[in-house]
Amino acid sequence: MAEQTGWSDEVFSILRAAGVAQVAYVPDAGHKQLINRCIADNKIKHVPLTTEEEGVALLGGAWLGGERGALLMQSSGVGNIINMLSVSNECRFPLLMIVTMRGEWGEFNPWQLPMGQATQPTLEAMGVIVLRADAPEDVPETVAAAAKLSFEAGRMVAVLIGQKVIGFKNWDK
Amino acid sequence: MADSSDIVLDRRDVVSRILAARGDALLVTGLGAPTWDAAAVGDHPNNFYLWGGMGGAVPTALGLALAQPDRRILVLTGDGEMLMGIGSLATVAIQKPENLAIGIIDNQHYGETGMQETATAHGVDLAAMAKGAGFGLTATVRTEDDLVAAIPLIFDAPGPVFFDIKVTAVDQPMTLPEKDGLAIKHRFRAELLGDTAQK
Amino acid sequence: MTEYTLERRDVVHRILKERGDAAVVTGIGNASHDVASAGDDPLNMYLFGVMGGAVMTAFGIALAQPDRRVMVITGDGELLAGIGSLATVGVEKPKNLSIVVIDNQAYGATGGQLTHTAAGVDLVGIAAASGIPRTALIEDESVLESAIKDIYQGEGPYFAVVKVVAVAAPRVHVPNDGTLTARRFRQAVSGKVG
Repeated sequence: MAEQTGWSDEVFSILRAAGVAQVAYVPDAGHKQLINRCIADNKIKHVPLTTEEEGVALLGGAWLGGERGALLMQSSGVGNIINMLSVSNECRFPLLMIVTMRGEWGEFNPWQLPMGQATQPTLEAMGVIVLRADAPEDVPETVAAAAKLSFEAGRMVAVLIGQKVIGFKNWDK
Repeated sequence: MADSSDIVLDRRDVVSRILAARGDALLVTGLGAPTWDAAAVGDHPNNFYLWGGMGGAVPTALGLALAQPDRRILVLTGDGEMLMGIGSLATVAIQKPENLAIGIIDNQHYGETGMQETATAHGVDLAAMAKGAGFGLTATVRTEDDLVAAIPLIFDAPGPVFFDIKVTAVDQPMTLPEKDGLAIKHRFRAELLGDTAQK
Repeated sequence: MTEYTLERRDVVHRILKERGDAAVVTGIGNASHDVASAGDDPLNMYLFGVMGGAVMTAFGIALAQPDRRVMVITGDGELLAGIGSLATVGVEKPKNLSIVVIDNQAYGATGGQLTHTAAGVDLVGIAAASGIPRTALIEDESVLESAIKDIYQGEGPYFAVVKVVAVAAPRVHVPNDGTLTARRFRQAVSGKVG
């Protein structure tokens, strides 16, 4: 999927240009290329998490320590961060989240539907500004806008990368 | 930490041999590869397959174990899924469910998302975590002999018991069981509870 | 159940006496009061409201400030709510991070219900299993004294559980405006104002 690789590489450049120094993630297929770029880059501290909630707290710590970070996750992982967002909210920590969506466009697995459909409303209920990108060419620009908003205005911002961008999960291994 | 060259067991073989000894044990499978492994052995009305809720396999099995103290409950899940709910080992341990067995099919990778390494590829020892949580019987299974010794304990030793079974990280055929959660639930409960399932 | 003799306030004050320019993150509840009672400090970040985030918050600071010792002081209940973070820390092994758990075996802020550690969960064992190279169980005065050095010096990550008596200590005022304490802390460790 050349398109997917393209936007991943551009997003990586945007994060570096924005001064992101810590990238936290639970592995996700849609983020595979971006995660690999972060791992390969020795200026970015990449932190694999046992659960996404850890990433929200980690990035609060990063900001307390003077650094910028980003949290990469799948929409199902958003369900694991809700309460911890209270801390980012209450302390007014910048928090940049890039979320690959499941449970919306051609989803095969019905168990992904509840959290996929609830991702945007639950994030917004917790005070997160949500931006969406539903075409590959829109992803880099949307991440750049989100990064600027998050780091310069000190807010929680999530970019939801639509499932239409990632494509159907390939079950034919 | 296991060097990947030390790992020899094949996950399909492991799960097939464990389930051959299941008797009337109830099985909960964690999302992803362990669910496909169980489906490859063969569908069974005493199987509850999870397709989501990563981190929830062990707590689900605990609830079942507490509700059905006279049945053996086995949860088979992966290392990544276990790690996402690792606190549940403490929750299980203090309940001391004698009828609960946890088997981790540990290939040290996240299978569904591109085979990224999990923490178990970097020295985190799940059996030792279970021991720290207070499990009486824990073991890391690496060899044929270890597996042969473990299988009877999985089903007969007083629980809760925990086995971290190291398997190779090779691709296996995707064998998918039923994914309709309602159908799985209704079938499982009907098999387990009979007429009382209606209440 | 074993009778413990160390008192939480004495323990925390003793530990903090040696802090130098170490940054301290406190887990919600008793630990925040213990640290605040030793005296407010811009290098203290007091957490409130949400359990389970103290270790990861400290880890993020430690990554950002590798030349500064970062210490978490928290309780057993708070740690258990984010216990997977020990594995995350154990994989990355930040050299400047120390984790101290004041374990009174109870949830102090909600009426003293027993936590899992009262029923045999071994946090030191879990930390070791998570790959944390230096761990200690501190149950008396003499062990505490020799552990102080390990908390602040030597290569981390370092993890210690200090067993204390389960008596309530007086609540003190803890600054709880996160917008203020967060910015005060950030400026103290990094020099950045905004």
